[in-house]
Formats: sequence, structure tokens, C-alpha cells
Amino acid sequence: MQISLPTLIAILGMACVTYATRISGLAFMSRVKLSKRMEAWLRYIPGTILISLVAPTVLTDGPAEALAALATALIAWRTRNLLLAMLVGVGVVLILRVSGLK
Amino acid sequence: MSDFSEQLEHADAPVGEEPVRFDMQGALDGAKKSIPIAASVFAYGLVFGVLARQAGLSLLEALLMSGLVFAGASQFVALGLWAAALPVGAIILTTLIVNLRHLLMSASISPWFSRLPFARAYGTLFFLSDESWALLMGDFARGKRNAAFLLGSGAALYIAWVSAAIVGRTLGGVIQDPAQWGLDFAITAVFIALLVGLWRGKKDILPWIVAAIVAAAAAHWLPGKWYILLGALAGSLIGVVRHAD
Repeated sequence: MQISLPTLIAILGMACVTYATRISGLAFMSRVKLSKRMEAWLRYIPGTILISLVAPTVLTDGPAEALAALATALIAWRTRNLLLAMLVGVGVVLILRVSGLK
Repeated sequence: MSDFSEQLEHADAPVGEEPVRFDMQGALDGAKKSIPIAASVFAYGLVFGVLARQAGLSLLEALLMSGLVFAGASQFVALGLWAAALPVGAIILTTLIVNLRHLLMSASISPWFSRLPFARAYGTLFFLSDESWALLMGDFARGKRNAAFLLGSGAALYIAWVSAAIVGRTLGGVIQDPAQWGLDFAITAVFIALLVGLWRGKKDILPWIVAAIVAAAAAHWLPGKWYILLGALAGSLIGVVRHAD
């Protein structure tokens, strides 16, 4: 059980900004009306963040990662099961790497 | 997160001075209705625990993050940014951006929560999550006005999320070399599966393509992890500009 100082600062910082987002709507928005444009922007954020996270791996790491990404998406779409989709993705990338496809 | 506008419109309807309740019955109701979701949150939390170990977090660190942040997607994103020389600023800023959507949910329930005592309203909001919010709006739509529903629902999901982090972080130790088992791809696979759930139709195509290209280019040409914010900003702004047309 140990914790480093930078990690503690990062976690406490994450906790503070996250709590701030949770109370922000009550604290401010009961007085200020959110514009339609601002609302639309907020809704695009989660998807574009996740796309940006995976894009370098999926687009530039090689065919094994690209194909495993497709398999993961397919399983997630058909089953809506996060755990199963992850296991299939990991399984496909493992099989392709072992078979020499890098 | 479906039907935001519909839910927001509902929340904007005149609420008058109808009483808002906050009692044990509401909390128990919220907890009971959250049990099926808590099961899937537990599975999701297990994955977080395993990946936290892989990213180099100790049990205490994984426990603190799940217990204090309690926001799944942003915690996975933080693990994606984790490195020996910890990019503290990038992690906090990215967490803020990923969790900005809470603002919408918090705003939508403010007509009721603004009439609760301060400590109850702001204490309960710690437990605000996509899932509990959706359940609460459903409950409100059925005419109930018990704000403690959110506290009960949030507490149930909180217990599942935090205990899963402990179990996952502990059991993850069975795996010695993650790359040998393809597990370095696990976090990417989790993000892809989450993305499928976030897909809202054609309007997401262009923003997602722009985000992917900008992120891949930025990851190649720029140091550090800023490609995530650059990609997300480029993609989401394109989405808003198109939205205005």
C-alpha cells in the first residue's frame, strides 16, 4: 500500500474537477440558461475524446490492432457487453500477433 | 444518455412549488432499481482494477481514484495517460473535459435540487452519474419527486464500482507480462466498446473522422498526450459548426 506524491495530486485534482462538473449545473445553470450551441458541443465531447484516444493505436500501430478494433466494435455493437467485447478484442490481437501479423 | 433534449425539456417544464421529498423510502427505491445496473458497473469496475494495475497504480491508488473520482470513462482515460513521468496537468484537464457532460445532467435536475437544503443537494450530487441520472429522470417522469432516489442509486453503484476496483486490482496480479497476453490492447478495446454505445447516428460521422485524423497526426508530430484534447476539440467543434447549419 503506497502512493506517490504526483499520483496523489493527480487523483485529488481529478476528484475536485469531477465534483465541480457534478455541481456546476445546480450552482450556475439554475440562473444561466445553457445555449443550444453550448449544449450540442458538450454532447460531442465524450465520443470525440474516445475516438482521439484510440485513433493512434488503431490507425498507425499495424493490421493486428486495426483488425482487433473492428472485431471489438462488432461484438460491442451486437451484444452491448463491454467485458465480452474487450475479451474478444484482446483475443483477436493476441492471435494475430502470434500468427506473425504485425 | 439518450433523449437529452426530451429530458431537458421535461426538466424545464414549470415545476411550481410542488414539494420535493428526500427520505429513506426514496433512497431505498433508488438503490433497488439500480441493482441490475450495479452488476454491470461491477464488471466494468473489475476491468478498471486490472488495467489500473497494468498502468502501475498501487491498490491504494486505484482505490482512491475509484472512491474519490467515481466516474468510469474519465478514470479509463486517465489510465491511458498514465506514465512514469506523470502528466498531472494533462490528466486533470482531460478529466475535466471528459466529465463536462455532468453539467447538462446537473442543470436538468436543478429545478428540484435547488429547493433542497444545501448539504443534501450538494452531498447527493457527488453520486451523479449517467446511469443514476437516467433512472432518476425516469422516476421523475412517472410523477415521483423524491430526490433521495439519486442518493440511493448512486450509493448502490458506488459500492459496486469501488469494491470491483479492489477485486480487479488484486486479481490482476495473476498476469505478469500484459503484452504477452495482448492485454496492452485491453484499454483500447474498452474505449472502442464505449464508443459503440455513444454512437448517435450520421451526425457523429464527420466529427469522429476529424477527431481521429487530428489525434493520429498530433500523436505522431507532437510530444506528450495533448493529441487527445486536440482531436476532441477539432471533432466536437466541427460537430457544433455543422449543428448550426
